[in-house]
Amino acid sequence: MDFGSLLVQQLINGVSLGSIYALIALGYTMVYGIIKLINFAHGDIYMVGAYVGFFAITVLGWGIFPALIVSMAVTGLLGMVVERLAYKPLRHAPRISVLITAIGVSFFLEYATMYFVTPTPRTFPDVFSSTGITVGGFVVNGQQLLIFAITLILMVILTYIVQKTKIGKAMRAVSFDTETAQLMGIDADRVISITFGIGSALAAAGGVLVGVYYNSIDPLMGIMPGLKAFVAAVLGGIGVIPGAMAGGLILGVVESLVSGFLSSTFRDAAAFAILILVLLFRPAGIFGTNTQEKV
Amino acid sequence: MAAMLEVNDINVYYGAIHAIKGISLTVAEGEIVTLIGANGAGKSTTLRTISGLLTPKEGTISFLGEPIAGVPAQEIVRRGISQVPEGRRIFANMTVMENLELGAYTRTDKDGVEQDYEMVFNRFPRLLERKQQAAGTLSGGEQQMLAMGRALMSRPKLLLLDEPSMGLAPLLIREIFNIIVDINQAGTTVLLVEQNANMALSIANRAYVLETGRITLSGDAKELAASEKIRKAYLGG
Ligand SMILES: Nc1ncnc2c1ncn2[C@@H]1O[C@H](COP(=O)(O)OP(=O)(O)OP(=O)(O)O)[C@@H](O)[C@H]1O
Ligand SMILES: [Mg+2]
Repeated sequence: MDFGSLLVQQLINGVSLGSIYALIALGYTMVYGIIKLINFAHGDIYMVGAYVGFFAITVLGWGIFPALIVSMAVTGLLGMVVERLAYKPLRHAPRISVLITAIGVSFFLEYATMYFVTPTPRTFPDVFSSTGITVGGFVVNGQQLLIFAITLILMVILTYIVQKTKIGKAMRAVSFDTETAQLMGIDADRVISITFGIGSALAAAGGVLVGVYYNSIDPLMGIMPGLKAFVAAVLGGIGVIPGAMAGGLILGVVESLVSGFLSSTFRDAAAFAILILVLLFRPAGIFGTNTQEKV
Repeated sequence: MAAMLEVNDINVYYGAIHAIKGISLTVAEGEIVTLIGANGAGKSTTLRTISGLLTPKEGTISFLGEPIAGVPAQEIVRRGISQVPEGRRIFANMTVMENLELGAYTRTDKDGVEQDYEMVFNRFPRLLERKQQAAGTLSGGEQQMLAMGRALMSRPKLLLLDEPSMGLAPLLIREIFNIIVDINQAGTTVLLVEQNANMALSIANRAYVLETGRITLSGDAKELAASEKIRKAYLGG
């Protein structure tokens, strides 16, 4: 392949990978936006999502779409349970306590999953045709199309919820100023719980899609994508929803270009180099504002 | 007859700081009552406690005969108390309209809410022109109007106002105070916290003076405005 077509092909791959990062990054950013917690267990929620999808397909024999929906529902619920049991009791505790708890939850999810499903990687069944379409000589395979379509649909739905619905407005209000939101009659605890639910459901969708794309899942699969999605959220501006979408896509594209043109061994290094550069030069991220909120 | 709001000997702490030391006050239906005092006297703490953002360690608060101390803030709004917080605290990143919608968060009567948007826009025509504008881009006076409109959207029986004159030009302060009187005459009871004692006493029926967590004086607003002690301490001579 010549340079130009390699570039386009890597861009296509990058956008698929980036879509996954974006789906996970949204949960990070929404949770951070509302309770200022870096939820380190979020990558593991994504892993659980992949397993729920896996069992829905293999054990229940369901198709990809019902499996995706049920995985989002179950994992969303799990996110809410984790919030209720682990984070809610610490609402007024110092932030470091919550952070440490999140790391504990992360280990718990990883090793509880290992206990129940063994640490052996599972092969995700071939549920979606990999024969794709060829556009002007470039191959977009079926799984990539699936990822684009699902990600796009979920982002449209999320944007609609956040911008137009009553609960979305309540989420924005709580994240901007929790106390004043309560003065409006908003039950902040309920809104926080729903935010965890939505963020976890999006991560679950990412987990199922990754299963379909890479065919293999294991109980520690959430660690690296979790970190990457965190980078994506910071890159876009942590707490900013469009920022997480853009940050995920940018990160995916950069990684693909690095592995396509340099070497795939530099792929992870590129992601963390981005994190360092963002923190050095634009800590608020691409979409973040540097204005201080009045506290 | 029981008052609409009865605060009975409450003590409020921030950790070890004893901010409110046994305050009692009452507000009867239809009144404008003002709570005046210097910086740090505990005015905002009192309002925040009534609104349910803080819980008194001792003492009781009752509203329309029901005890409300310890009831969560989001529930207090549903009971009919709404607050315009100090510093306005509008949702700056949302539009004027969205701020008003959040004010109506507890409401389920769609028609009534529509009527109340009308009412707010009639009272504050400047908000109508800026309906789709980000609230953070409004001027200070407009933000105060938005905060008041937002609080009215819950159709409160009792409106708590925390220093509505803060940071506003004299002409605008007068306008805001006229609106407070209008709101009161339209049937909403008002508890007004102010540092601008002059203005507050001029519109209030009764007043309480707060000093470092204690009420030191109370009575008829006109009488207090005329009293030597108040003139010296709060009215500049
Ligand atoms: N979050 C807080 N933590 C600790 N102490 C506080 C807190 N908020 C207020 N205080 C203290 O409680 C006391 C009363 O404060 P409050 O804000 O109620 O005063 P205020 O009368 O409203 O003053 P101002 O006119 O400046 O608004 C002050 O001594 C203040 O320092
Ligand atoms: Mg105050």
